[in-house]
Formats: sequence, structure tokens, C-alpha cells
Amino acid sequence: MDLIIPQINFAAIAPVLTVMITATVILLIGLFLPRIQREILAIVGIIGLIITLKELGSMWGKHLTGFGGMVGNDNITLAFQLIFIVAAFLAILLALNQVEIEYVSYGEFYALLLFALSGMMVMVQGLNLLVVFLGLELFSISLYVLTGFRKMRADSIEAALKYFLLGAFSTGFLLYGIALIYGATGSFTFEGMLNYVNAHGFTNVMFVAGIVLFMIGLSFKAALVPFHQWTPDVYQGAPTPITAFMSVGAKAAAFAVLIRLFVSVAAFSPREWTIAIWVLAFLTMTVGNVVAIVQRNIKRMLAYSSIAHAGYILVAVLAGNEMGRSAILFYLLAYTFMNLGAFGVVSYLGVSGKVENLKIESYRGIGYKYPFAALAMAVFMFSLAGVPPTAGFVGKFYMFSAALKAGFVWLVILSVLNSVMSAYYYLRVVVAMYMQEPEGGKIFQLPSTSWGVGLALLIAMLGVLYMGIFPSSMMALFQKTAVLISFI
Amino acid sequence: MIEFIQNHILTTITFLPIFGAIILLFVPREKEEFIRYYTVVLTTLVFLISLPILLGFQSGTSAFQFQEKVNWIPSLGIHYHLGVDGISLLMVMLTTFLMPIVILSSWTYIQKRVKEYMIVFLMLETGMLGVFLSLDMVLFYIFWEGMLIPMYFIIGVWGGPRRIYAALKFFIYTMFGGVLMLVAVITLYFIHYHATGVYSFDFLDIQSVLLPVRSQFWLFLAFALAFAIKVPMFPFHTWLPDAHVEAPTGGSVILAGVLLKMGTYGFLRFCLTLFPNVSTEFVGLISVLAIIGIIYGALVSMVQPDLKKLVAYSSVSHLGYVMLGIFALTIEGLQGGIIQMVNHGLSTGALFLMVGMIYERRHTRMISDFGGLAKQIPIFATFFMIITLSSIGLPGLNGFVGEFLILLGTFEAHKIFAIFAATGVILGAVYMLWMYHRVNFGPLDKDENKKLKDLNLREIAVLVPIVLVIFWIGLYPRYFMDKTEKSVTDLLKNRQAKLEQVLSLEKQPSLKLVLKDSFTK
Repeated sequence: MDLIIPQINFAAIAPVLTVMITATVILLIGLFLPRIQREILAIVGIIGLIITLKELGSMWGKHLTGFGGMVGNDNITLAFQLIFIVAAFLAILLALNQVEIEYVSYGEFYALLLFALSGMMVMVQGLNLLVVFLGLELFSISLYVLTGFRKMRADSIEAALKYFLLGAFSTGFLLYGIALIYGATGSFTFEGMLNYVNAHGFTNVMFVAGIVLFMIGLSFKAALVPFHQWTPDVYQGAPTPITAFMSVGAKAAAFAVLIRLFVSVAAFSPREWTIAIWVLAFLTMTVGNVVAIVQRNIKRMLAYSSIAHAGYILVAVLAGNEMGRSAILFYLLAYTFMNLGAFGVVSYLGVSGKVENLKIESYRGIGYKYPFAALAMAVFMFSLAGVPPTAGFVGKFYMFSAALKAGFVWLVILSVLNSVMSAYYYLRVVVAMYMQEPEGGKIFQLPSTSWGVGLALLIAMLGVLYMGIFPSSMMALFQKTAVLISFI
Repeated sequence: MIEFIQNHILTTITFLPIFGAIILLFVPREKEEFIRYYTVVLTTLVFLISLPILLGFQSGTSAFQFQEKVNWIPSLGIHYHLGVDGISLLMVMLTTFLMPIVILSSWTYIQKRVKEYMIVFLMLETGMLGVFLSLDMVLFYIFWEGMLIPMYFIIGVWGGPRRIYAALKFFIYTMFGGVLMLVAVITLYFIHYHATGVYSFDFLDIQSVLLPVRSQFWLFLAFALAFAIKVPMFPFHTWLPDAHVEAPTGGSVILAGVLLKMGTYGFLRFCLTLFPNVSTEFVGLISVLAIIGIIYGALVSMVQPDLKKLVAYSSVSHLGYVMLGIFALTIEGLQGGIIQMVNHGLSTGALFLMVGMIYERRHTRMISDFGGLAKQIPIFATFFMIITLSSIGLPGLNGFVGEFLILLGTFEAHKIFAIFAATGVILGAVYMLWMYHRVNFGPLDKDENKKLKDLNLREIAVLVPIVLVIFWIGLYPRYFMDKTEKSVTDLLKNRQAKLEQVLSLEKQPSLKLVLKDSFTK
């Protein structure tokens, strides 16, 4: 009997390990020095992220694999990991301002956030469906806990429970899908799927069912319609920095796997596959936008808006070309800045006393009382609506170009009309901030805030403007990643 | 520094305003007086820097002048490409000329949030100049859409009671047209790639591609919708009265003076040259819509009780002439259209200014609240007279030159259209003179009107430059026509050549298939 010892290459998971070690260090500091200032914990976390970034940089272009080919780091993986790290970085800074979780240990909070990050990183580098599943569970479980972190508040607990139950359910779908794929192909890898499709096509019902169930599991994480029902409640109930982080990170992770799945399967796909994704994209953005219009709570509005954005990204996934892949990466980074920024402003303005200011009406007149926050919010809103010269515009332009290149003219027309529709509700926030008088003539007072939030908003705003006005460097970077997916 | 400006004069005038706006961000908001002077000086400076463009412009060529071209997003073939020709020259000059006037006119009208007002106006100037100067389709689109943001704030923050509705309507309408145009731009980009193998959004590159009629049709519709909303052509005009009435005076002046011209400019620059065959086929429909606009605008103006609304609807009518002239597809028609774009900017802009002046004094714009003003405020009435007559098109003033050329050009091409359009001239005289009569003549019977003060020095300084240019164009239009003539002639010649080339290609099925493929792919 041959004993195969898998080749283990720890260098291939060095970034993940760094994040995990950082998380553990923070956890220990929190345990032994419970009175330590939360800023110090944040700084430790940020240092860890910076080291991780350096490691990513050194791995660029080397295509390291490890664990017998179960994980691989092609450039697209690294680019996704970069996006997660930027999101985590901003979320850490934003969380400094959460008065409501002040009485809970910050050590645990940051540790969980970093564990979630490491889960996302594992998920995108998984070349084996089981590793993908491992990463997905790691970040999902961390996020379930983080969602319920404000344990004195009913809505937070409700959100956590809802997220957990539906999440567990969708994980079941995903796992069952993996099992069926394994049953059909005899392999857990994307490569195995590719070979199988090459040889047999889509004739095997078990295989098709497996793919569909796998897709459903991912759609849940990416909040695609009709698997989006949990999103508004969870986004509303979770602490805002966590909402911000998961609205970007979880979505991006799901899309990363979707891209791999698409590359390994879709190239030989039947027409039904294209039609299914077409419909999914159209439904996702339209339902997201239509429902967002009637929301009065800004967190719910942003939740539906993030559903709509998943729809736009799906358009580029459908394009299935190199341009589409680099556009998705570009857009996800832009989306990280603008969505985290928008939630950041919500979190910043939300904390005054016991009641959160989450009604759009409560934003009336803040343009003149908190000019910086309002300016940042206006930039994020215009960017989310896709108005130049912001990153949101360039990103959409890029994604829709890719889809047009692939010939999806009608879907692109529907998408751009959708973004006109979305402009209506994004502008309502701007209207409230700059054009309406506050109710009763008084604007809420904010308690003194941490430097972290200001810094996070500034970085996000500069990111949105930089990527909007000088997009070429980022675009060139992402283009290099998307030319070739080395491992599937 | 000086050398940089000499070599990059278009970049300088385009980005100096927004650069000034960024500096203004750091000026404390209490220093309102300083902020006002600063903005006037800055916009005047931009105007002075733009003068060498007019003076140094070579009339003998239709090529783009003062060009600047730098790679901007090389991976997608997007360039930073600016240039000016006879079609955009007058629009650029109109913009830089009107800006200091608008800022000066807002001196006392804007009392709250002065700093923000000046910042958005400076941003707007950058956007407007960018639209007229861009020679890259994506750059053009970015300025076209980006400019919505400052205008949206101008209407929404400093506007009248229904300002929020008007601002949203303005934004959504224009964006709706814009995004479809963007889809068309990207499609053109891929067609160009399939034809030449080069990725480029450069207008001069894309212009050279021959499109089959079928794809021209859809692309033309997308472009035309965006521009028709902006002009606005009947029946896409409904946002305009709302936006005009609610906007503050400065906003209305810029809206009428420059923003609407972007639509007609777009037709001239893009629709005529990119889609020669289809735009020729659409002459009938567009001319009819233009004539409906002319007559409808005039009739609605006639019954308006509100001065500002009257002027707003008169814009619909005037822009109808411009569209008619452009789609006459004759040299006279096009030149008349361009001159009329300038004229409308001057006379309607000035009318909005004067309505603003009287509104500042009386806090009403209802015609019935006035009467006999000529006795109380003669200077005002005199300026108002000149501008009214210019708007009507009295010979010797600017309006006549434009309308005459347009009617001449249209008559050459389609006699029946010219006849209908000419009735609009009469209607125009009716509503303007009737309005003037009710405001300025008759008995001075309202007590409030007896206390009115005449124009002050600042207000006269605002109006005098406009009146001078009105006379200049009216008495010596040759100067302006020379600047545009070569560009217009070549535009028509080139599109005619392209049109015939496409027709001859359509007869060869093999080539046609290739082109058709490139569109559907």
C-alpha cells in the first residue's frame, strides 16, 4: 500500500496564518488586559493586516500551491484577498466608534472579525470544494456571532438567529451540492469538474443537480434574489461596522467562487445556464432597486441597494470574459470603498444616545452641521448611483462594457435603466442632508468620536475619487490578474 | 507657468474653476465678501484666458485646434483629448463669458450658503467646458453626467418652494437619457474595434468607422434621446419649466444659457456625423417635433401669468428653431443654428437675469403685479426692451441673424417647414411684446411698484456686456460666421461622403455582413 504524504506548503497559506495569529494575539490581549484601550487592539489588528498585505505582495505572480493542490494562489485569488483586507481594515477603524458595544470585550470582537476575514481568504484560495466549504463555514460562523454581538438588543439577537438558521440551511444546500458533484465526477476539485464536463457534458442529472444546489448555496451568501430574504433584517440588526464588512466581504467571497465555477463549467454550458444567470441578474437588481425605493430606514435601504449591486456584478460574471473578470475585481474594490464608506457614515451618525438615527428623515440638515460626514456620504451616494467622476461609475462602465462585448445588449440596457432607478433613492439621502430643514429645526448631537471613523471615511472617500478619476493603475493591476486563471 | 498655459490652454480653462473650488473649500464660510470677490475674479480670469482661443482661432480649417491628447486609461483606449473647432468655439466662449456675469448677478440674491454656492458654480463651469471640449467619448460622457451633480445642488439647495421635486426630476430625466447613450458609446467602441482592431474611444477614431444603416438606427436613437431630453425637444421638455422656475436666477441663466446648448451641440457633433444615413432619414420627424416645439412653446408662453415660466417656455420655442436649423442640413441652417444657440444664451440668459432683478425687489414674478414700471425704473425698462427685442429677432440685434439664417436654410431644404416655423416668429413677437407691455407700460397703479429702485451700478455692469455682444452679433455677424463656416461646410461635406459610402457598401452583401456581425457580436 502506498502512503501518499501530501505536499504541505505553509507558504501558500501564510497570509491566512498571519491573520489567524493576529486574531489570536488580539484575543489573548483582550483576555489578559481587559481594560486595554480599544484603539490599541485596533492598531494590533491593522499591523497584522499590513503584514498580510506584504505577504500577498511577495506571492504575486508566483502561483503557490499547497496541501496537495487543495489551495492555490493565482493572482485573482490574491486580488480578492486584497479586497477582503481593505474591507476588514476599514471595518476595524469603523468599529472604534460603536458606543453600543462598548461593554462587550473588544478583543473578542476584533478577533472574530479577523477570523471571518481568514475564512473568506481560505474560501477564495480553495481549489477543492471542501476547502471552499471550510472557508465558508469559518467566516459564516464568525459573522453569526458578530451579528448578535449587541446582546442586549432584541433586533441584534433576532438578526443573528435568522442569519444562523437560514445560513445553516443554505450551507446544507451547498454541502449536498458538493456531495452530488462528488458522486457524479468522483472529484472534489474544480479541475475535476472541468474534466468531467469536457468528457460528458451536462447529461448526468446528478451532476446538474449538484451544480444547481452549489449555486444556491453561493447565491444565499451573495444575497441574490430570490435567496436574499435574510439580508435586510440581518443588515439592520447587526452592528453597523459588521454590516459594512459582510455586505462587501461575504459577497465578494461568494462571487470569487462563482467565477471559478463559471470558468470551470460555463465554457461548455448549455443555453439554460446562461438564461438562468441572466434571469438571476435581472431579478436581483430589479427587486433590490424597487424595494429600496420604499425603505425609510437607511440601513435597510443600503441592504436592498447591496442586493441590487450583486445583480450588476452578476452581469459581469455572465459576460464570462477576461474583461468581465477584471471588471468584477475593480468593481468589488470600488464597492468596498463606497459601501463601507456609506455604512461608515451611517454608523458615525447613528450613535447618539440610546436611539439610533437610522431614519432617512433624521439626516435632514446635517449637510451644514456635520459637513465632512455629509460630503463623504454624498460622494458615496453618487458613487453607488454610478455618477461620474466616481469609482462607482468607472466600475459599472467597465462591467457593462464587458457584458456588451459578450453580446448581452438587452441585459446591459436593463442594468443601466436600473441604475437610473437607483439614483432616485440614493439622491433622497442627499436631498435630506442638503435640501431639507431638520424636523423641529434641531439636529441631533453626536458624542465625541474616535479618530478611527474619520480616518476610515477619509480613506474610503479618497479611494472612491481616486479610482474614479485615475482608474488606470488599478485597472492594469486587475487586468493582469484576470488574463489567466491558473488554477481551476 | 505661462508656458504651461500657452501649451495647455484648454486644460487650463477647463480645470482652473474646479481648482479654484477646491481652494475655496478651505476658506472659512464667514468671509462671504471675500468669497464673492474671489469667485468673480476667478471666473473673469478664466474668461480672459479663454480669449486667446477666440483670437487665435484659425478660421480656414475645420480641424480641431489647440488639441491636447494624453493617454488616460490606456488599457481601455480612453484618452484625455481636448480640442476646439468652429462648432464648439462659440459655445466655449459663451460659457466663459456668462460665468462672471452669473456670479456677479448672484451678489445679493444669494444670502445663505454663499461658499457652497460658489463652489458648485465653479464645478459646473468645469463640467460645461469639459462637455464642449472633450474629443473622447468617455471623457465627454463623464463631463456630461458629472455636471448633473452641481446643477442638481444649485436647483435643490437654492431653489424655490418645489425645488426638491424639480432637482430630482432634472437629475433623473437627464441621467435616463445619458445612460442609454453610454450603452451606445460602448457599442460604437466595439464596432470600431471589430473594424480596425484598435481599442479607442477617441471621437476622431470612432467617427471614421462606417456603420451599416441598421446599427446606425439604434445607436442614433440612443444618442438622440439623450440629446433631445437635454435640449429639450417636445415631448421631452416637461422637466424644463420645473427646473427653470425653481432654480435660483444664476441657475436659470446657466441652464438656459449653456446647459440646453449641450443637447443641440450633441446633435451637431455626434448625431449628424456618426450616423449620417439615419440622421438624414430622421429629418422629417425631428423637424416636425421642432416646429411643434416652436409653436407650442410660444402658445404656452403667451398664457403664462408668471414671468419666469414665460421665459422658460420661450426657451422651448427658441430651441425648436435651433433644432430646425441643424436638421435643415444646409450650411445656412447649421450656421444659423449655432448663432441661434449663442443668441438664445445671451437673450434668454439676460431675460432670466432681469426677472431675477425685479424679483429681488418685489418678491413676486406675477405679470399682473406689475404695470407701468417704465415710469418708475426707466433704466430697467430700457434694458428690458433691448433684450426683449433681441429675443424677438428685431433686425440689427442678434436674434434676427440666427432666425433669418435658420429660416433661409430650412426654406432651401423644405419650404413647408420654413413656412410653419415663420408663424412662430410672429407668435414670439406677440407673447414677448404683450408681456413687455403689461409689465412696463400702462398706469403705475400698484403702491409697491411706486417704491421700486432702479438698477444699481452692479446690475448695469452685469447687463452691459451682454447688450454689447447682442449688438455686435446683430450688426456684424460676419465675425462669428467666419469662425464657424469652415467647420460647418466640412461637416456637411464629410457626412455626405460617408453617407454615400455606406450606401454603396450596403449593396455589397459580404461587407455588409461583416459590419452587421460586428454589431451583433
